[in-house]
Amino acid sequence: MAIKILTEHSHIPGIETFDVYRKNGGYTALEKAIKTMSPEEVVEEAKKSGVRGRGGAGFPMGMKWGFLAKPEGVPRYLVCNADESEPGTFKDHYLMKTIPHLLIEGMIISSYALGANKSFIYVRGELMYVIQILEKAIAEATANGLLGNNILGSGYDLELVVQPGGGAYICGEETALLESLEGKRGNPRNKPPFPAVKGLYQSPTVVNNVESIANMAWIINHGGEAYASVGIGRSTGTKLISASGHIKKPGVYEIELGLSVEEFMNSDEYCGGIRDGHHLKALVAGGSSVPIIPAHLVYKTANGEDRLMSYESLSDGGFATGTMLGSGGFIVFDETACIVRNTWNFSRFYHHESCGQCSPCREGTGWMEKVLHRLEHGHGSMHDIDLLVDVAKKIEGNTICPLGDAAAWPVASAIRHFREEFEWHVSHPKEATLPGAVYKGAAVLA
Amino acid sequence: MTEIPTTSAFTPERLAKVKEIIARYPEGRQKSALLPVLHLAQEQWGWLSSEVMDQVAELLSIEPIEVYEVATFYTMFHLQPVGKHVIEYCRTGPCCLMGAEGVYDHLQARLGIKTGQTTPDGLFTLKEVECLAACGWGPVFQIREKYYMNLTNEKVDSILDELSK
Repeated sequence: MAIKILTEHSHIPGIETFDVYRKNGGYTALEKAIKTMSPEEVVEEAKKSGVRGRGGAGFPMGMKWGFLAKPEGVPRYLVCNADESEPGTFKDHYLMKTIPHLLIEGMIISSYALGANKSFIYVRGELMYVIQILEKAIAEATANGLLGNNILGSGYDLELVVQPGGGAYICGEETALLESLEGKRGNPRNKPPFPAVKGLYQSPTVVNNVESIANMAWIINHGGEAYASVGIGRSTGTKLISASGHIKKPGVYEIELGLSVEEFMNSDEYCGGIRDGHHLKALVAGGSSVPIIPAHLVYKTANGEDRLMSYESLSDGGFATGTMLGSGGFIVFDETACIVRNTWNFSRFYHHESCGQCSPCREGTGWMEKVLHRLEHGHGSMHDIDLLVDVAKKIEGNTICPLGDAAAWPVASAIRHFREEFEWHVSHPKEATLPGAVYKGAAVLA
Repeated sequence: MTEIPTTSAFTPERLAKVKEIIARYPEGRQKSALLPVLHLAQEQWGWLSSEVMDQVAELLSIEPIEVYEVATFYTMFHLQPVGKHVIEYCRTGPCCLMGAEGVYDHLQARLGIKTGQTTPDGLFTLKEVECLAACGWGPVFQIREKYYMNLTNEKVDSILDELSK
C-alpha cells in the first residue's frame, strides 16, 4: 500500500470532528512543535522536507517562508489560499470537507513558525458549506485550547479567520487574493515588492496553498528528512491528484510523487483506466492552464523514458513535448472529445476570468475566445489558426500575473499537437458542426 | 421575485453578525469585511440593489463606490432581482466532458428559460458559471451553498420537482 501523508485517515467515519481527529493522532504535531521546538526549528523542518507549493507554482514552501521579512513591531500574516478554481482541480475542496482539522493544525503550526498572531484562510465563496465546516473545526480547536490566547500554555496567541471570496478565479493569484482580502477588486499587484515584504495591509505576509500547509502535521511528527525521503528527486512527498474526464474512477487520489503516469491512469487503485470501449486521446496533467499533450506523449517522454507523476518528468521535453504537474488537475480525454471545442471552452473561461488590468490579457483572451468560437462553429479560416498562435505569443510573458500565460498555453499546445483537427474544422465545416462531431484522423492509443 | 423592499434594514441578527465580522480585522481595516457582508446582504435580500450597497458602505464607513466596484467584479453577487432558487450551472471543460452541455439543454427546456432568465413564477433563475471545483463529480450545479453532483436529465427532473413543491 502506498504511503498516505494527507489522506491516511480520510476514510474514518467522523474524522471531520475534533474528537475523532484527536483520537487518530491529531494535534500531536502541534503539541510537539509548540512545546519542544522554536519557530526557527519548525521553519528548518519545512525547508528540509523540500515540500513545494501545491497550488500549481511548485515553489519550495520552506524557502518562501525564509523570505519573510521580520521588522520589529510590525505584524506578520499567514494567509492560506483555498480559492481553488483551476479547472480540473478539486483536491483542496475534498481535503477541507473531509479532514478540516488537518488544515487547521497545519495553519497553527505554520503560523507559529512564522510568528503570525492572526491568520486567514481565504476560501472561494462558492464553497460556503466548506467554510461552515472550517468554522466549526476552528471553534472546536479553540474550545480545546489549541487556538486563541496562550495556546497550550506556551504564551503564543493565534486567531484564525475564514474569509469567503466572491467568485473570481483571479483571486487564486496571491496578490489578487490579498487585494480581495482587503475588500477590493481582485487585481493582481505589481511585484516587487513581494508579499513576503509588503503583503496583507502592507505587512510581511506568506501565502500558501491548503495542501502545502496540510503537510505540516506529518512533517513535524516525522521530520523534514523523512518527508524528503518520500517521492523522487526534487519532487518530494506525496501529491493530491484530482482526476476527471473519461476515466472509470474520477476522484481525488494521494500518490507518492514519482508514480508512473501509466500506473496512475490504469491501476484500479487510482483512475482504473479509460472508460470501457474507448481510447486515450489526450491529457491535461495539471489543471487547465498547463499544456495539453497527445496520447503518445502521456506514458512515455519524447526520449522514450517512462513518464512519471513528478514536477520534472511531466515537464520533460519543455513545451514542445512536455506539460506540467501544476495543481495536479488530471483531465483525461478519450477519442470522443473534440480538442477544438475544449480549447474554445478553456479560452472562454480565461476571458471570463481575466481581471482586465493588463491589455494583452484583457483583449487577447477575448480575441482567442472569439476566433476559437468561429473555428468550432464552422466559420473559421486557415489564417485563424496562425492568428491564434500569434495572439497567444503576444499575451505570454506580457502581463502582471500568470493568468495571461495560463490562457495562452492551452491554446498554443492544442494547436501544436492537434493542428490537423483545427484544419479539419476549416476544411469540413458541415461535418465538424454536427452534434458530437469529432475529427477521426487523430492518433489514438489502443 | 424576492419581494423584500430594498430600503428595509438589515435584520438585528445580521447586524450583530456584521459587527462580529468587522471585529475580525485589525483596527481601521474594516473594509476587509466587505465580501462577507455582501454575502450576508445577498442572503437577506436575494440580490444587491444600490440601496442595499449604500447601507453596506455606511456600516463599513467606506464610500459607496468602493462597494459598487467590488460587487460588480465578483460573479457571485446578483445585481438584478433573482428567483427563489438561483441555479448556478458549471459550463467548464471537465464537466462538459461528462455531458454537461446536454444536461444543460435539458434543464433549459424543462424550465423554459435561457441563461440569465427567471421563470415566470419567480421560482428559478438560471446562471452559467465557471468551474466549481467539483470536476470529478460533474456535471454539477449549485443552489446557494448546496452542490448537486453527477447530474443526469433524470436527476435534474427530480431536483426541480422537489424544489417546486
